[in-house]
Amino acid sequence: MNGYSELDRFLRTDPRDVGCTQAMEILHVYAELVAAGEPAEQRYPGIAAHLQACGPCGEDFDGLLDALRNEAD
Amino acid sequence: MVDEAPAAADRLDPESAEWLGALAGQGPQREAALARLHEMLLRIAQRECRRRGPRLRVTGPELDDLAYQAAADALVAITRKLGQFRGESRFTTWAYKYVILEVSDKIGRHFWRHPAVPLDAEDWDRLPDRFGFEPAREAEWRDLLAALRRAVDTELSPRQRQVFVAIVVNAVPLDALVIELGSNRGAIYKTLFDARRKLRAALAANGYMGHDTARRS
Repeated sequence: MNGYSELDRFLRTDPRDVGCTQAMEILHVYAELVAAGEPAEQRYPGIAAHLQACGPCGEDFDGLLDALRNEAD
Repeated sequence: MVDEAPAAADRLDPESAEWLGALAGQGPQREAALARLHEMLLRIAQRECRRRGPRLRVTGPELDDLAYQAAADALVAITRKLGQFRGESRFTTWAYKYVILEVSDKIGRHFWRHPAVPLDAEDWDRLPDRFGFEPAREAEWRDLLAALRRAVDTELSPRQRQVFVAIVVNAVPLDALVIELGSNRGAIYKTLFDARRKLRAALAANGYMGHDTARRS
């Protein structure tokens, strides 16, 4: 990816983005759906849009998913 | 925009019900449940710290200490919020969320112990590298980034400019900025979201970028 497309991607905002508060409110529900292979993005498009755009919330989601997938460890 | 609200659970799964019963109770049963929960939270916190470790300037005992703090604070948060658990997920998933959030908070706080840059620094020369613009092709992007900088100065409010410069120019992690400004993640993200939208509109109006055609629901 070159600089132009990276800058374009960063500046582009998705109107469906629900923001951090709402995303964090149901992150556990969303993560369980993803872990179960359910179409979480379709059910919660605003959450999906937010997790793609927000680095910290995306990182928290990755961590929660990792925890769910490795509970037995 | 508001997504579909999670439906209230008709009833809890047996394991979650057992957790809630034990934690809401009293005496040795509650103490045992708290100890078990803490052990579980610590395991998740340590795993999460190891997962994020390579990208942080925190290692060894410091990282382990951070995991212990996160587990302890998550346990307090969970017991305080127990009445808010509505059974939309397993209890343990809900609990894991809090320990992951605490890990983020602790990492954000840790940043300021050895900050890479002061908050008020403005090293715009770093900007090309932030977005992967190649120095050898400066002739192609010089005008674009000059226009971006002009837009940052003319289009953004003082708060939006402060947040944009800290996060984008100085590469201060968003959670660390939250701590420094005494704010919260949602407010800082919204400030940056509005700044991104304004900057893109300004660049599009001046012909540097195509107009935003993001999908709308």
